[in-house]
Amino acid sequence: MTERRQGTMDRRDVAAAMMKGRGDALIVTGLGSTCYDFGTQDHPNTFYLWGGMGAAAMLGLGLALAQPTRRVVVVTGDGEMLMGFGAFATIGAKAPKNFSLVVIDNEHYSETGMQPTHTRRGIDLEGVARACNFGSAETIYTEAELAKTIPEIFAGTGLLFRDIKVNTKRYPMSSRLRDGSHIKNRFRENLLGAKAFD
Amino acid sequence: MSGAHVPTETTARVWPRDIYDVFKQVGIEQVAYVPDAGHARLIQDCEADNAMNVVSLTTEEEGVAMLAGGWLGGKRGALLMQSSGVGNCVNMLSVVMEGRFPLLMVVTMRGEWGEFNPWQLPMGQSTAKVLEDIGVYVQRAERPEEVRDVVYAAAQMTFSSNRPIAVLLGQRLIGFKDWSK
Repeated sequence: MTERRQGTMDRRDVAAAMMKGRGDALIVTGLGSTCYDFGTQDHPNTFYLWGGMGAAAMLGLGLALAQPTRRVVVVTGDGEMLMGFGAFATIGAKAPKNFSLVVIDNEHYSETGMQPTHTRRGIDLEGVARACNFGSAETIYTEAELAKTIPEIFAGTGLLFRDIKVNTKRYPMSSRLRDGSHIKNRFRENLLGAKAFD
Repeated sequence: MSGAHVPTETTARVWPRDIYDVFKQVGIEQVAYVPDAGHARLIQDCEADNAMNVVSLTTEEEGVAMLAGGWLGGKRGALLMQSSGVGNCVNMLSVVMEGRFPLLMVVTMRGEWGEFNPWQLPMGQSTAKVLEDIGVYVQRAERPEEVRDVVYAAAQMTFSSNRPIAVLLGQRLIGFKDWSK
């Protein structure tokens, strides 16, 4: 395999930039580091998964279909996405127009001892997304590319995929907000108002 | 004719349409499925309904996550699968358990009554146990005339309790494939 380009951006810088540009988008984070990253600036429009590895993209699809006038942005890790690999095909076949899937790709399972994931071995998620009918798919390596793509992620139209390459720096869990029922109720009440309890 | 004491299905099934009618009655707007022959008619009816978002899955656990997302967005859903798919869902059901999400699963049974394919038996015989072990409430329909009520009651219970319920549709309902000769 030829020499591959490495991720150099810091995941917390990426998350901070994304949260600044989030607008009124609904965000779903996958378990592990992306959950902690987005927990650094808690927001009622964020649904945090702390479990169900592989759930993030499909949970986002259900939300996007339920809320067609809102942009839904799933932010998850490469390991989490690889476990829900079939979701690329399921989402691509359904082709929602209000959906962005963003993988924060450090090419490792950072929670469990930094074992390499398949993206480290050259598996190209951008190519997978393209093959699965995502109309826009790119791999992001630099701050300049990130700055350009954040508005596309949060305010674009169509089915979009971004693989954002980051370095392997680890951060401690930032969020104490773990109760799944609470996170769900808060999200629904904020989104649906009184109808949340119909 | 061999298997003479085991009636094969002779008339067209009406219970799939009953399930569709219940879905309309309780406001199901998202339907996720991995196909099963027993669900074929129901899937067809749902796909013909413009008020329903119908999603074909690569594996059943995708549907567990999808319908949790649908509920976050204010929509009621139903997940259709064969009993073999229940095993694929187990860890994903922890999202539903921890988040207190409603989930209506309608499961056509294999491997429990006159099954001709031995590979279906391990999962078919474990389906209810596996669901109950992770915390899903299990209800069953065995006769065509009770399907409507069982699904309706399950729907009412899941959406008013925010807890997962699986309705198992007995293999007897689906009919008997006579492989004795």
